[in-house]
Amino acid sequence: MAQEILVAVLIVSLTSAALATLLAVSERFLSDYGQCRVLLNDEKEITVQGGKTLLSVLSDNKIFIPSACGGRGTCGLCKLKVQEGAGLLLPTEEPYLNQQERDSGVRLSCQVKVRNDLKIQIPEELFNIREFTCKCAEITDLTHDIKQFRFELVEPDKIDYIPGQYIQLLTPVYEKSSEEVYRAYSVSGDPADKNHIELIIRYVPGGICTTYCFKYLKVGDEVRFNGPYGQFRLTDTDSPVVFIAGGSGMAPIKCILHHMKNNGIKRTAVYYFGAKKVKDMFMQDLMKKFQDELPDFKFIPAVSSPDPDEKWDGQKGLVTEVVKRDLKNAAQHEAYLCGSPGLVDAAEKVLVELGLTEDKIFYDKFA
Amino acid sequence: MNISAEIWQAFVVCVAAIFTQNILLSYFLGLCPFIGVSREIKAAFGLGAAVIFVMVSTCMLNWLAYRYVLLPLNLHFFRFILFIVIIAAFVQFVEMVIDRFSPRLYQTLGVFLPLITVNCAILGASLFMVIRNYTFIVAVGYGLGSGIGWFVAIVAMAGIRQKLKNDRIPPGLQGAGITLIITGLMALAFIGFTGVLQGG
Ligand SMILES: Cc1cc2nc3c(=O)[nH]c(=O)nc-3n(C[C@H](O)[C@H](O)[C@H](O)COP(=O)(O)OP(=O)(O)OC[C@H]3O[C@@H](n4cnc5c(N)ncnc54)[C@H](O)[C@@H]3O)c2cc1C
Ligand code: FES
Repeated sequence: MAQEILVAVLIVSLTSAALATLLAVSERFLSDYGQCRVLLNDEKEITVQGGKTLLSVLSDNKIFIPSACGGRGTCGLCKLKVQEGAGLLLPTEEPYLNQQERDSGVRLSCQVKVRNDLKIQIPEELFNIREFTCKCAEITDLTHDIKQFRFELVEPDKIDYIPGQYIQLLTPVYEKSSEEVYRAYSVSGDPADKNHIELIIRYVPGGICTTYCFKYLKVGDEVRFNGPYGQFRLTDTDSPVVFIAGGSGMAPIKCILHHMKNNGIKRTAVYYFGAKKVKDMFMQDLMKKFQDELPDFKFIPAVSSPDPDEKWDGQKGLVTEVVKRDLKNAAQHEAYLCGSPGLVDAAEKVLVELGLTEDKIFYDKFA
Repeated sequence: MNISAEIWQAFVVCVAAIFTQNILLSYFLGLCPFIGVSREIKAAFGLGAAVIFVMVSTCMLNWLAYRYVLLPLNLHFFRFILFIVIIAAFVQFVEMVIDRFSPRLYQTLGVFLPLITVNCAILGASLFMVIRNYTFIVAVGYGLGSGIGWFVAIVAMAGIRQKLKNDRIPPGLQGAGITLIITGLMALAFIGFTGVLQGG
C-alpha cells in the first residue's frame, strides 16, 4: 500500500516536473524576442526585452498607463496609439475600440505584445504619473465591510491630484496571490493635505487586493501606488450639482466636498447616498458638518431595506427611487455618480428621465 | 481487430460523437466558454476550431500516457490529475509556438487557447475514451468527433444569438438565460439524430 502511494506520487511529480521543464525550456527559446526598441512620442526611445505586454514593459520603465482591471482586458482604459509594429488587432481588443479608434491605430496596451520595434504615442499628461511609496498610517472601520485607509507618503512625499481622481494600489505577492496586481481606488481624503492620501475600500469576498488590505495590511506597513488617473472631477460651471453614490462610492465625492469647502465653491449641491441597511451607513456626522459649513449643500442618506430592529427616520427606498421622488426635475443640474456599475446605470437612467442630458452626467464605475 | 475495421469503427464513433452523443448537447460539458463566447460567429468559430485541435491532440497524448504509463503501473485512478496536467502543458506549449510563428493564426485561434485549458469538455473526452476502452485509432476518431460536435454546437448557437440581437427578450432572460434555453432546445433537436446511427 505504502509503496503504491509512493510510486503514484513519484510518477505524478515526475510527469509534472518533466512537463514544467519542457515549458520552461520552450519559453526560454520561443518567447525570446530579443531586445526591442520602443519610440515614445517621436522623441524618447527605450530599449526593452521583448515578449512581455506593452503595458508591463512601460510600467517597468516607470511610465504608468491607467489599467484599472490590471491587464485582464476588461476595463478598456489602457488605450494607446501604436503607430508601428503592433501587429493585428486581437479579438480581445475589439469590444473596446470603435471604428475611428481602430483606423487611427489605437490599441489596448495590455493585449499588445512587444515582439519587435514599436512606435507609440502617449498622452503628455501620463508622463506626470508617478510611483509613490507610502506607509499605512491608520485603518478605521466604517461599516462591517468598509474601511478607511490612511497612508503617509514617503517617496515622493507630496502628491498633487484633482479631486475625484483615483490611484492604483499595488498588491504585493502574498499568500492568496502569486503575482503583483494593481487595483484602482478613488482618493477620498482632503486634497489640501498633500502628504497623505486616504482611501475608502469595500471588502470584496475573495478579492485579491481587498483581502490583502483587510486581512494582511497593518499600520506601519510599506505600500506602493501609482497615479493619479482619471477624468472624474468637478467642472467649473455654476450649474447645481447632484451627487449620487453608494458604499465605497463615497470616496471621490467626499474628496470633492473637501475641495468645495477649501476653495469656497458656492454651488448648490445635493448628495444622495444609498445603503441597504442602517448598519451600512457611515460618515453621516461628517456629511452633516459639510452641510453646516458649505453655503448650499444638502446630504440625503437613503436606506433601502432597514432591518425591523433598526431605527431609521431618514429617507427609505433605493437611492434611485429617492432621487426620483425628491429631485423631480434635474434639467439644469450636473450629475456626478459613483459606485457599482449597477448603481451608476440605474441612476443615469433616472436622471435622464428627470430631464438631464447624458453629456451632463459624469461617473466612475467601480468595476 | 484489423486496421480497416478499426478505422470504420473510428468513423462511426466520430459521427456518433458529432450528432447523437454530442459532448455539449447531450453531456453538457464545456458550457462556460460555450455561453461566454457564443455572442459572435467569428469568435465562436475561432474557439470551436481551437477546441477541435486541442481535443484531438490531447486525446492522443492522454491515450498514450494512459496506455504506457498509468496502466503498466496500475495507476489508472491517477488519470484525472495526469490528464489535466498534460492538457494544461500542451495548451500552453501550443500557444507559445503559435504566438511565435504565426501572428495571423494567433489572432484567429491562439488567443482562445488559454480559455480552453480549463474546458471540461476536453478533459471529459479524454476520460470517456479510456472508460470506453477505445483503441488508439478509435480514440482519435472520438476526439475529432467530440471536437467537431462542440464546434458545430457553438457556431450554431452564435448564429442564433446574432439573429436574436434585435429581438425583444424579457429582461430576466437576457444573456445566459436565453442561451441556456436555446441550448436545451438544440439538445432536443439533436436527440432526433438517435437511430440514425447505432454506434459509439
Ligand atoms: C476608477 C475606479 C475607481 C475605484 N474606486 C474604488 C474605491 O474608491 N473603493 C473601492 O472599494 N473600490 C473601488 N474600485 C474597485 C476596485 O478597483 C476593485 O475592483 C475592487 O476593490 C476589487 O478588487 P480585488 O482585487 O479585491 O478583487 P478581484 O480579485 O479583482 O476580484 C474578485 C472577484 O470579485 C469580483 N469583483 C470585482 N470588483 C468588484 C466589486 N467592486 N464588487 C463586487 N464584486 C467585484 C470580480 O469580478 C472577481 O470575480 C474602483 C474601480 C475603478 C475602475
Ligand atoms: S488594463 Fe484593463 S483593458 Fe487593458
